[in-house]
Amino acid sequence: MARTDFRLLSVVCIVFSFFAAGCGGGADQNEVLIGEYSSLTGTTATFGQSTHRGMLMAVDDINSAGGLLGKTVKLLTEDTQSKPEEAATAVTKLITRDKVKAIVGEVASSRSLAAAPICQSNSIPMVSPASTNPQVTQKGDYIFRVCYIDPFQGEVIAKFVFNSLKIRKAAILKDVKNDYSIGLAQYFDETFRKLGGEVAATQAYSEGDIDFKAQLTALKAFGPEAIIVPGYYTEAALIVKQARELNMTMPFLGGDGWDSGKLIEIGGMSMNNTYFATAYTADDPSPVVQKFVQTYKTRFGEPPDAMAALGYDAGKILFDAIGRAQSDDGARIRDALAATKGFVGVTGLITIDPDRNARKSAVIIAVNDGKLSYKETIQPD
Amino acid sequence: MSEFLQQLINGLSLGSIYALIALGYTMIYGVLRFINFAHGDVFMLGAFAGFYMAPHIIPFFGGAGILPALTVMLLTMVICAIIGVIIEKLAYRPLRSRPKLTVLITAIGMSLFLEFGGQLVFGPDPKLYPALLPSANIVNAKDLVIGTNSVVVILTALVLMLILRLIVFKTRLGTAMRAVSYDHRAASLMGINIDTIISFTFIIGSGLAAAAATLYATVYPSINPLMGIMPGLKAFIAAVLGGIGNLYGAAVGGVLIGLIETFVTGYVSPILRDAIAFGILILILLFKPSGLLGKFEAEKV
Repeated sequence: MARTDFRLLSVVCIVFSFFAAGCGGGADQNEVLIGEYSSLTGTTATFGQSTHRGMLMAVDDINSAGGLLGKTVKLLTEDTQSKPEEAATAVTKLITRDKVKAIVGEVASSRSLAAAPICQSNSIPMVSPASTNPQVTQKGDYIFRVCYIDPFQGEVIAKFVFNSLKIRKAAILKDVKNDYSIGLAQYFDETFRKLGGEVAATQAYSEGDIDFKAQLTALKAFGPEAIIVPGYYTEAALIVKQARELNMTMPFLGGDGWDSGKLIEIGGMSMNNTYFATAYTADDPSPVVQKFVQTYKTRFGEPPDAMAALGYDAGKILFDAIGRAQSDDGARIRDALAATKGFVGVTGLITIDPDRNARKSAVIIAVNDGKLSYKETIQPD
Repeated sequence: MSEFLQQLINGLSLGSIYALIALGYTMIYGVLRFINFAHGDVFMLGAFAGFYMAPHIIPFFGGAGILPALTVMLLTMVICAIIGVIIEKLAYRPLRSRPKLTVLITAIGMSLFLEFGGQLVFGPDPKLYPALLPSANIVNAKDLVIGTNSVVVILTALVLMLILRLIVFKTRLGTAMRAVSYDHRAASLMGINIDTIISFTFIIGSGLAAAAATLYATVYPSINPLMGIMPGLKAFIAAVLGGIGNLYGAAVGGVLIGLIETFVTGYVSPILRDAIAFGILILILLFKPSGLLGKFEAEKV
């Protein structure tokens, strides 16, 4: 008899725990639930870790300033493991189970592209901190971003190569499995040709590859004066390292996908004579940036990279919009986000344009002797 | 011409690493008749063992060089050999009398356990493997560069394969190993301790994977817990291509896969690399089902 009771009790327990999990966090009336999906593990783990830290700081800021709509902001974070399919799962879980009011994520365009349609069809606003592929915000009117887009970034790199480095013959080594890399390569190619330069050859690799000598040897035969690697830091560092081993001394250039401390850690002194475009530098003397850099350093023990700054701005802009909307209703948050104008972020003055993209400047960072240094700022036209 | 030579060197150095890993697959298959899918992950553990040891060993020798590199490689081989034996004892031995499929599935489980357990223990982000050898260029022409690393990789792989050949064909242990691979029961009736021989096979196989890991990480110094998957898969293909169970086959298969990959990437298209490499595999297996050097074996009834 006692045994049956125990069984019954365990069944009741299991049923209740499912029930409790099913209602998720929605039960608490004093919280505004914000979802975040982020690559906390996997090949671009540092991107996810950095934006997540930025988000944590934005949440702390808003809560110490009294919260939103008279409630505290609660952040729910899901890991995408750097995989697009996981991004879709994570967002579905955040929306249907946890009932979040708005979502921040992701860095990689391929993952944002997987998640955006889900946010759009559920009318939940999504703010991407760093996905620069144009298609991301074309998924619908609930999808925003706080970074610049690849056409601008590709243009910035092309102008820098042509005007500042005075190089006329370039080659591209792109990641063919990655929307960001393909897009950036295409816009670089277009602008560089328009300026009068020649793209001598294009070669490809796939994220996760580790040997690039075959591609580099093939590119070398064309004699390019600069090579554009519009990919992510792990592969970029290995590519440059192997290129230097093949006596290829020309400058290598990339976009914000290079912006991680791991770039120099992996590439070491091989990274000399390389440049990348990004949204922000911690060397920026403006008080907004310096205050952010100081707080971040005290909290996490290292200076924030661009992804951390973009994560912080994504959170800030979203909270600013919710505050102005005076509501946690998806459509009203969307309208407020669309009306964002001249927001003073740590990554520059941010205005959301009619295509839900951010109009802002880019900086070029030079790598020399294992150190990053600010090279120049390029403004949007 | 120099571009061709360059690609040849690139391919040989990649291929010799595949060959070393393939040897482990093929040896374990030869003795146990099953594919140890966790082999690629033992390779990964070897890279991490070196990553954690090297910073303590290099200063002891007063800087990078041949002695510290050898020490790291040998210690890594010992560590991986121990891990290999433990894996066999814990996961495969209790299932030895069960159907082969059970062991195969367990091997896949072990592989996933090591990959994701590794993410938990080592962290998921890529880490920089310390330089064990000062690198320089032996040939340093405008169009042709041969680095010390490529030469070291190719030579070390060659030496290890020669040592392996000596062990397998010239020692009593090797003879016992070959006997076990022919017929377990007959071998045990001859007084061979099957358990010892199987442990020994795992020691050699995992040790070779560890050596491959040290070489691999020296050439491609970014390591992460999932790094064993692709090289493991390629080496497995190499073993099948050469004729699984055959030592020369594994070596030839590994070098071939490395060369095919490099030439397809360099001259055809990087996107088609795996498609063409694996297409060739299918073709070879269609016409020679036992692999290039494998002997056709009728199923014993």
